[in-house]
Amino acid sequence: MRYATPASAKEAAGLLSKEKGAAFLLAGGTDLLVKLKMGMVEPDLVVDIKRIPKIDEIQTSAKGFTIGAAVSGAVIGEHKGLRAAWPGVVEAANLIGSDQIQGRATLAGNLCNASPAADSVPAMIVAGAKAVIVGPNKKRTVPVEKVVEGPGKTCLTKGEVIEAIVLPKPEPRTGDAYMRFIPRTEMDIAVVGVAISLKLERGVVKKAKVALGAVAPTAVVVPAAARALVGSKLDDASLEKLAAACSAACNPIDDKRGTVEYRTRVAGVLAKRAAKLAFQRAGGAL
Amino acid sequence: MSNATLVSTTVNGDPVQFACPTDESLMTALRNRVGLTGVKEGCGTGDCGACSVTLDGSLVCSCLVLGVEAEGRKVTTVEGLSENGELHVLQQKFIDHAALQCGICTPGFLVAAKALLDRNPNPNETEIRYALAGNLCRCTGYDKIVHAVQDAAKDMRKNNKRSNKRG
Repeated sequence: MRYATPASAKEAAGLLSKEKGAAFLLAGGTDLLVKLKMGMVEPDLVVDIKRIPKIDEIQTSAKGFTIGAAVSGAVIGEHKGLRAAWPGVVEAANLIGSDQIQGRATLAGNLCNASPAADSVPAMIVAGAKAVIVGPNKKRTVPVEKVVEGPGKTCLTKGEVIEAIVLPKPEPRTGDAYMRFIPRTEMDIAVVGVAISLKLERGVVKKAKVALGAVAPTAVVVPAAARALVGSKLDDASLEKLAAACSAACNPIDDKRGTVEYRTRVAGVLAKRAAKLAFQRAGGAL
Repeated sequence: MSNATLVSTTVNGDPVQFACPTDESLMTALRNRVGLTGVKEGCGTGDCGACSVTLDGSLVCSCLVLGVEAEGRKVTTVEGLSENGELHVLQQKFIDHAALQCGICTPGFLVAAKALLDRNPNPNETEIRYALAGNLCRCTGYDKIVHAVQDAAKDMRKNNKRSNKRG
């Protein structure tokens, strides 16, 4: 196994695209090293992106935040600006694993691992996050919801590297929230995850976005659930419509963590709770 | 076979060099090449926390770090907790509270607890339990460990106040 520490994302993309054997990108390593240990991958080349300048930093601008691909969950959790702007994204990122995992795990890695149950992905989707993808020849920016195509499968082509996750500056009176259900208090994989962002105007929901995790092969955006919220002050009838739309969008698996029926039901219940939290965070009164 | 690479790093404040295959974990390199066997291997997949160390100040599982990634970084292991042959307060409190039996998980708990107290000198019980959730103990149970950390935190706050007054 060769190990490379390129000095730019473009150089990383060049190394990965030229490699004839099995090549893997290393950021936090919390997925790759487990696969290595289990013998699930046998890399000929590992490209460690952590020596790329600024890739472990969060840049704040008038447009929003650029979170480098090697920024750990621990760093995200300590970033006051990000916590104030997108608390749902921060709580989702911080739900992943233990403090030890938080010391290394990244948003870009959670996205690229492409697990259906990835906690940060629904939260990033409803926040309007985009992935900045650098290839050997060109750079493109793709909405997070378009990156994952199936379990373990992304839209990244050979050599392409996610350099950063970009989050917009939230519009005034916007709130977001992520909630997941697990059978334990923490350190587990989501049975259902729900992310909601909404914008208020005079106390009424003006815009909303709802995404579910762990109930389908990829995170699912549910426009019908968002429509149920728009124009409401989260009265019971709209919340019931939201729950029904979320449950209807589920296409989950049966496993030891939850049955199809259970996941479908819980998606609706969690959606109501997440909507209330996002509503309060946007400054709404319940 | 992977090619051996020479790694220059700092471990517990001392400059250290070791040669390791590129696919070897930092945990294995610390144990077998640097001789720091306080770093324990439990699961090897980041679930149990027995191999916890800090890397440039961040708490990590050293089984999920490649040895070669340590180049130019600062690593702290449980061996770095004691000073001048004196146990760290946390280590002493683990003994006082009998917060260990077989001891395999203890170094990881100590490193994780130290990382917690560096960040939050006065954690409540819930915060301690969450901060140590990445460390598994299969014999003592967690109550004694939590009590030891609470007691150590109390002493460390007192000592800090005293040294601040002196300073």
